[in-house]
Amino acid sequence: MPAAPVIRLAHLGKHYETRAGPVPVLKDVNLDIGPAEFVAIMGPSGSGKSTLMSILGCLDAPSDGTYVLEGRDVGALSRDQLADLRNRVIGFVFQGFNLLPRATTLDNVALPLVYAGVGKSERLATARQMLERVGLGPYAASFPDQISGGQQQRAAIARALINRPRLILADEPTGNLDTRTSQEIMGLLRQLNADGGITVVLVTHDPDIAAHAMRLVHLVDGQVAEDGPLRRRVAGSRAR
Amino acid sequence: MTMGPMLSEARQAMGANRLRTFLTMLGMMIGVGAVIMMLAVGQGARDFVDRSIASMGRNLFVVLAGSATASGVRLGTGNVPTLTVADAQALEELATVDAVAPILPGAAQIVYGANNWGTSVLGITPRFLDVRNWRLSAGFPFDDSDVRSAAQVTLLGHTVVKNLFGDEDPVGKTVRIGKSPYLVMGILAAKGQSLDGRDQDDAALIPITTAQRKLFGSQFQGSVRFMVVRAGSAEAMPVAERDMTQLLRQRHRLADGADNDFSVRNLTALVSTAAETTRTMSLMLGAIASISLLVGGIGIMNIMLVSVTERTREIGIRCAIGARTRDIRLQFLLEALILSVVGCLVGVFLGVAGALLVSAVARTAVVVTLSSVLMAFLVAAGVGIFFGFYPADKAARLKPMDALRYQ
Repeated sequence: MPAAPVIRLAHLGKHYETRAGPVPVLKDVNLDIGPAEFVAIMGPSGSGKSTLMSILGCLDAPSDGTYVLEGRDVGALSRDQLADLRNRVIGFVFQGFNLLPRATTLDNVALPLVYAGVGKSERLATARQMLERVGLGPYAASFPDQISGGQQQRAAIARALINRPRLILADEPTGNLDTRTSQEIMGLLRQLNADGGITVVLVTHDPDIAAHAMRLVHLVDGQVAEDGPLRRRVAGSRAR
Repeated sequence: MTMGPMLSEARQAMGANRLRTFLTMLGMMIGVGAVIMMLAVGQGARDFVDRSIASMGRNLFVVLAGSATASGVRLGTGNVPTLTVADAQALEELATVDAVAPILPGAAQIVYGANNWGTSVLGITPRFLDVRNWRLSAGFPFDDSDVRSAAQVTLLGHTVVKNLFGDEDPVGKTVRIGKSPYLVMGILAAKGQSLDGRDQDDAALIPITTAQRKLFGSQFQGSVRFMVVRAGSAEAMPVAERDMTQLLRQRHRLADGADNDFSVRNLTALVSTAAETTRTMSLMLGAIASISLLVGGIGIMNIMLVSVTERTREIGIRCAIGARTRDIRLQFLLEALILSVVGCLVGVFLGVAGALLVSAVARTAVVVTLSSVLMAFLVAAGVGIFFGFYPADKAARLKPMDALRYQ
């Protein structure tokens, strides 16, 4: 990793306050993720994967330690500055797709541009382009409940990509999809990583999905238990 | 976030649950409609009183001749001829007094051709028409020379003309009042009912001298029953009352302890009491209607709170893709504002229609003013913002993570 890391976590900790006292979820997590890396985070249920993703996505704040995103200490940013990071730097892909049910595919994909203050015609043109790119061109006017799960996830990826983010955070992106569709979605993510140079961080509990990544981080009880490259598969995929 | 996509999103959100949107707006419609209707009814009542005041004339006093007590029998005011035309002329010299019209009233039978009609006949000076704010609809008024010569001329009220002449033009005709012939010089413009329901048009006017010397006769030369006095302005009325009392006591040579042999009554005070009553009434009606406006506002707040809870996940998604606090707040505030403004527009329509219905059914004067519509509209918009703000702020303050995880 020669370049400056996109993500640097130092002694990161997170606990939730309950009536019985603080419950630790993440403990002293140290992690550097460089540009154009493809990292899979695995771990058993309750190991803190999702919490870590929320913190990486600036949706939640750590209790201890620091999170530096592209050289900026996230802990020092205001609510609106965080919103701006989520809008321009980070793209989210969720397990449940999280499209707005009342909006068409096109409007869903264009929504981040609305918050970025882009004008209407440019917004719709860019969104259409992005839908073509994920193979959803014919479904621009469809509503989320009119298309399949795989198509919804493609639309969600198009939405995540529309503001040209440097980082894609995918939280169990294939959790609700069948095996074949899962492979398609993973292929799309890999393509973005390889061709677009976008850093991808993926949370999954499926080893077959994790195998698409270059690097595997294993989380156990809120701590990094293992962190290493997945050489063979990465080398194989790069060779093609 | 710009207004265009916000508006279309608000429309989508409200279109998703039409019945609920309609019911929420209904609260506003009824509130605004009630306010406008009540204001219209109140304004109608006020206009009626104002018209009555205007038909009577403004800033008026009535100076009545005194009462007499003889052998323990107390007679009503006006029975003793203590006021004279000379008193009237003296009062007119006061700086605070604008005009004085001495009046000698009586009743007489008027005959024209085969018709006859009993009516009140008022002996007056030309000043009277001015003070009572009374115009002629035809002919000309008699002047001071007619008064000096005690000419047998008359001005007839509308009701009298209708009863004696029917469709015939009375100007220039001769009628008999009592036993003598009188030339009809003009017709008084219709004035309608007074505040106490008396028909003001059922009267005939003749020169005061004619009434004194020829029609009614009087053992006291130049006496009048009462005078109508107009003060220079509404502000001058208290001073005018004091000045007149002082002057009349002087002229009547009353000792310091003696009772007045006349009485001064402030006519405008009576009427302004009526005006005050209607004003209070319309204020009260408006206040009651405002309560329904308030209830409508609370309805909006209630629905917006439900809507924020229902759409917590949507708020989370929006946060995740970069919505700022103000974007979320503005979005919900805009929905509340649309609910109240659209409800208000329909409410204005309902209120105006209701007011017209009331005026048609109850035959009351109902006046919808632009200012009342504007006021209701502004208040409604204010209510929307006020009651929409808390839910919108609640939505904006949600933690993105909590909102996103909400089931």
